[in-house]
Amino acid sequence: MSMATTAPTRRPRVNLAMIAPVVALVVLVLIGMALNPNFLSYANITNVLARSAFIGIIAIGMTFVITAGGLDLSVGSMAAFVAGLMILVMNLLTDSMGGGLPVILLGVALALFAGLAAGFVNGILITRAGIEAFILTLGTMGIYRSLVTWLADGGTLSLGYEMRELYRPVYYGGILGISWPIIVFAVLAILGEITMRHTAFGRHCAAIGSNERVARYSSVAVLRVRLMTYVLLGTLVGIAVVMYVPRLGSASATTGLLWELEAIAAVIIGGTLLKGGFGRVWGTVVGVLILSLIGNLLNLTDFVSPYLNGAIQGVVIILAVVLQRNTGAAR
Amino acid sequence: MTDPVLALNGVTKSFGPIEILHGVDFALHPGEVHALIGENGAGKSTTMKILAGYLDPTGGQVTWQGKPVAFKGSDQAEDLGIIMIHQEFNLADHLSVDQNVFLGRELRRGLMLDHKAMRAQTAELLGQLQCRVDPGMPVNRISVPDKQMVEIAKALSRKARVLIMDEPTAVLTERETEVLFAQIERLRGEGVAILYTSHKLGEVKRIADRVTVLRDGTMVRSDLTADVSEDDMAAAMVGRELSDLFPQKTFQAAEPILEAQGITVPGVVHDASLTLHRGEVLGIGGLVGSGRTELAEAIAGLRPRSGTVRLKGQDLPGNDVAQAMRAGLVYLTEDRKGAGLLLDKSLRENLTLGQLDRFGSPLIDRKREETALDTAISDFAIRAPDRDMAVGDLSGGNQQKLLLAKTLLSDPQVVIIDEPTRGIDIGTKQQIYALIARLATEGRSIIVISSEMPELIGLASRVVVMHAGRIAGELVQGAVTEGNIVRLAMGMDGHEKDSAA
Repeated sequence: MSMATTAPTRRPRVNLAMIAPVVALVVLVLIGMALNPNFLSYANITNVLARSAFIGIIAIGMTFVITAGGLDLSVGSMAAFVAGLMILVMNLLTDSMGGGLPVILLGVALALFAGLAAGFVNGILITRAGIEAFILTLGTMGIYRSLVTWLADGGTLSLGYEMRELYRPVYYGGILGISWPIIVFAVLAILGEITMRHTAFGRHCAAIGSNERVARYSSVAVLRVRLMTYVLLGTLVGIAVVMYVPRLGSASATTGLLWELEAIAAVIIGGTLLKGGFGRVWGTVVGVLILSLIGNLLNLTDFVSPYLNGAIQGVVIILAVVLQRNTGAAR
Repeated sequence: MTDPVLALNGVTKSFGPIEILHGVDFALHPGEVHALIGENGAGKSTTMKILAGYLDPTGGQVTWQGKPVAFKGSDQAEDLGIIMIHQEFNLADHLSVDQNVFLGRELRRGLMLDHKAMRAQTAELLGQLQCRVDPGMPVNRISVPDKQMVEIAKALSRKARVLIMDEPTAVLTERETEVLFAQIERLRGEGVAILYTSHKLGEVKRIADRVTVLRDGTMVRSDLTADVSEDDMAAAMVGRELSDLFPQKTFQAAEPILEAQGITVPGVVHDASLTLHRGEVLGIGGLVGSGRTELAEAIAGLRPRSGTVRLKGQDLPGNDVAQAMRAGLVYLTEDRKGAGLLLDKSLRENLTLGQLDRFGSPLIDRKREETALDTAISDFAIRAPDRDMAVGDLSGGNQQKLLLAKTLLSDPQVVIIDEPTRGIDIGTKQQIYALIARLATEGRSIIVISSEMPELIGLASRVVVMHAGRIAGELVQGAVTEGNIVRLAMGMDGHEKDSAA
């Protein structure tokens, strides 16, 4: 070990890792256009965007958690649990109140609250009990998954027919030909980007992820900020569920399976550092789009079997992390 | 006298543009204990690390048995039998004692590890050191002195021809020190060359055959221990003239602003009290590890503590740094890179991190931040080639100025500065000294913690000295001399035991 070498020089901030996700997205779109003329059709694009909205909304919250040096593996199970709970309660309310808009509003409120509470439980156990985020959320991942299986008694929880018809437009409807999930995703993405870049909360998240001790010595309320990232993520899971339930009107043990991995992958592909300290919401949005477009392209073309979707997504994730290591993270 | 086994000839060492060793000649002879003494920052650690192959010299020569040698890292030096016992332990916390002793040189029987033999040999080594630790115990469950003994056992288990010990007795009791000395004497009898450093001059006088004094990276004297007294050594370590590096002191007696009473941080600070007056620069001296930093962090709300802290008559809660900052008390850490600045972030983000609520809510006003940075750059003379660069790329001096700017951004009344000039060049030092004096004339009150005696004497009109977690004594005005500080810091004065000044 020789320490006599000069200190490593840092590369400027604007580098390949900064724009790589955008380049990748553009390349994917170009490939899509070349392979299938229907790719850029209105129907296909809105379909891709609406389907990516759930993961996208969750990934926005995940960006804050990861930027602050945390991780949450429980979001997929949490979404399933919240969806199951929401459907169960709405069905019960329909029986007692006779259905209608109030039931839907109560269901929505319940989903948002349940998401917030679930995020709070994760956050409080990580920050106050000092349990490693990876382990804790691995545990709650199992707990929520098993709770929804139990709620559904091993089968499927389905929203009553009347309620389903009433609630349907939240997924299928929209304004100016843009469906609600896309609008909600876009609005939340913009709010998220502003929060990350222009508020004290976003700055504190990055500071904590970069060096928790420096943040603490700078009088940043480290524990509270980290707790807030999990609460925010849980609330966004609740919002995703509110948009998701009207799509199929049901929840089962397989609802939201592997969503946590897709959300984390989207965050990392977008250029947020896995070990924290730097995050960007717009990058996460690009990451979500890249992952959905890969799946969509494979379905539209017979070039590569759609069964290889996971493999290609995996390669993209690995490439993104390799790029990060070679550029941004030399410290 | 025998020929030296390991020697430095005119060795210099620079870190970046700053040269910290200036032509050191130093020789270790077989069967001789050679003490290397000097103040913190005099270059002892660097000298030892060059000898043990951890650092390359910038200039000059290292010779092994008379021939020039350039170690390719410490492994090569270790293979030759040059073993260094570090001040910070190099032990794998989760491995057991015997696994640590044999780490990297495990005994084998065929393909398998020979656990039995390793455990038995470890037990034997520890027995020689009269250390009753179970060789199977994980290192993170044994006490600090025992860890030191394990380090020593590890060194003994290798066939050392040169043994370099960096303050081995700092954490040992008197009895343990005696055991260690017996081992040193045994090794000396076996012809091992031993380099020994300690702040305890009495020990040096007792165990060393030869003593070399380093001051500011220069060798000041090297004598047979028999020819020098402890006072001679202390004088050689600190005998330095104070130049006009320091600004005029202007303090006149004023009302107290900060009163800390009976501060205790379990294990590190015991019942420490101090008072700071308006416009005063108070120094805290003491060795590294004497509890200075922990006391300051406890006062500033960065550590749980017992005892009371009153700022302008108002009680400050413990362990609440944000409340202390709002009340007007801030602490500037000695650990610039670990606790002071986000090295991968820009100057602006670092400057405003602790005060973001003052730059607009809910959205941060980027323009106001930039203006604040402009002000900081000109007020503190920060030289940054590019204001968007990562602060990790700034020089140490400019990082320190930025950290000062960041800490002072909240316009505090009381500033505790821990090691204000560690690792920075003389020009920047002078700027920082001037700044501290200016803060005091503005009516702010400052506590300066420093390992550099001239700094304490040059800046502070009153110095509190800590030793082993307690306030060993307080020196005022004329009594603030290097000799007095050193004596208190090293526990040489007998009456310090329970006198909380």
